[in-house]
Amino acid sequence: MLSDFTFVGILVLIAVLLPVVGLGLSWLIRPKKPNPVKQSTYECGIETIGDTWVQFRAQYYIYALVFVVFDIEAVFLLPWAVAYDQLPLYALTEAVIFVLILALALVYAWRKGALRWS
Amino acid sequence: MDWISLLLVPAIKSLVVVVALLTGFAYLSYVERKLVARFQVRYGPNRAGPFGILQPISDALKMVFKEEIVPLNVDHVVYLLSPALTVMPALVIWAVIPVSGASFTLFGQTITPYVSDVNVGLLYILAIASLATYGIVLAGWSSNNKYSLLGALRTSSQMLSYELPMGITLVSVLLIAGSLSLVDIVQAQRGVWFALLQPIGFIIYFICGLAEAGRSPFDLPETENELVSGFATEYGGIKFALFFMGEYIHMITISALATTFFLGGWYGPFVNQIPVLGLVYFLIKVAFMIFLIVWIRASLPRIRYDKLMHFCWKFLLPLSLLNLVVTAVVLVLVG
Repeated sequence: MLSDFTFVGILVLIAVLLPVVGLGLSWLIRPKKPNPVKQSTYECGIETIGDTWVQFRAQYYIYALVFVVFDIEAVFLLPWAVAYDQLPLYALTEAVIFVLILALALVYAWRKGALRWS
Repeated sequence: MDWISLLLVPAIKSLVVVVALLTGFAYLSYVERKLVARFQVRYGPNRAGPFGILQPISDALKMVFKEEIVPLNVDHVVYLLSPALTVMPALVIWAVIPVSGASFTLFGQTITPYVSDVNVGLLYILAIASLATYGIVLAGWSSNNKYSLLGALRTSSQMLSYELPMGITLVSVLLIAGSLSLVDIVQAQRGVWFALLQPIGFIIYFICGLAEAGRSPFDLPETENELVSGFATEYGGIKFALFFMGEYIHMITISALATTFFLGGWYGPFVNQIPVLGLVYFLIKVAFMIFLIVWIRASLPRIRYDKLMHFCWKFLLPLSLLNLVVTAVVLVLVG
């Protein structure tokens, strides 16, 4: 078990090395001639007005909130699914009730307009 | 466990995986351009080498030698980190994907056809796959460009939303396989592929895979006619290449996972007699899935953003929950 994750760790190290080598190599050989016009923020050729780090649409945030609820509930289904063939029949009914509650939550979010993109 | 089997063998295997993925990525970009060109009755790249097969190499050289233009008001640390954060998860997922069924012996070492058979493989994949969102969000935010920010917001909520039906569909695969290890999941498909037992699940997974990888018709991250290049607008040179690499490797990964979960992985005719065929079958299936993705890109127009979100939340998610319940009930009835 521990060695399994050692192997994963080795792949992670190599995966970290790849972008580092790429960025380093490019940094060594590419030309560097910056000037203020080049370094301005891109916006269709005109100068950008105002700061970018401002408020954005709240709907994105609501989707993220609904996502967190459903993702946590999906995680509860994983151990049930793995042990499914060893569980007695009531495991099925319990899981169905659980999924129904999940579906109810979805209907609630739907009716409340959390999924509406207006 | 001596140091050779604990460190050297997995290090070499990891290197092989990374090099194979890089080669795959380079030639995938070529094959995609060539295929899309053919779909549109054009020739595609045909200048660099015979049939243009040296095109990826010339592209790579160009990317490395390009001057990098960094806007003055970016957040420098995050701006530098995010391309690396995008490409890493796509590579790291490959630790648990088995590419063949048979181990072989080389210099007295048993070489398994995967880097690691983690017993929580599927959870590992779900966890690492969701990390890819960070790279994109941070890239869009740190660029301090309005197009980038909008692209990043869109991408993040798209990827989050489509993760849900994907995860729930994989739970129904899990119900049949009864194990989180990817090797066990493939071995459970020795008789019948899960694509036949879970046809709806396979379609949901494939659609979600397209959305997760940001492929057409769900390529909202890049919408070049609205957002220039989305989250990658302010990136150039090698950093852009890393984003590009992340997207294409993600596409290969999605195809490989579809093969593993639904298309029977390495299984095929005569695979027990000639073990090498396992790898061949795996590659053929992955190539077929990739071809399907390119075909869809050449055929379908981009979907509008509100419709994209509604399709996920109001259609795919209820459908995947229904699929899960039906699978569980049928499994009890069959015994």
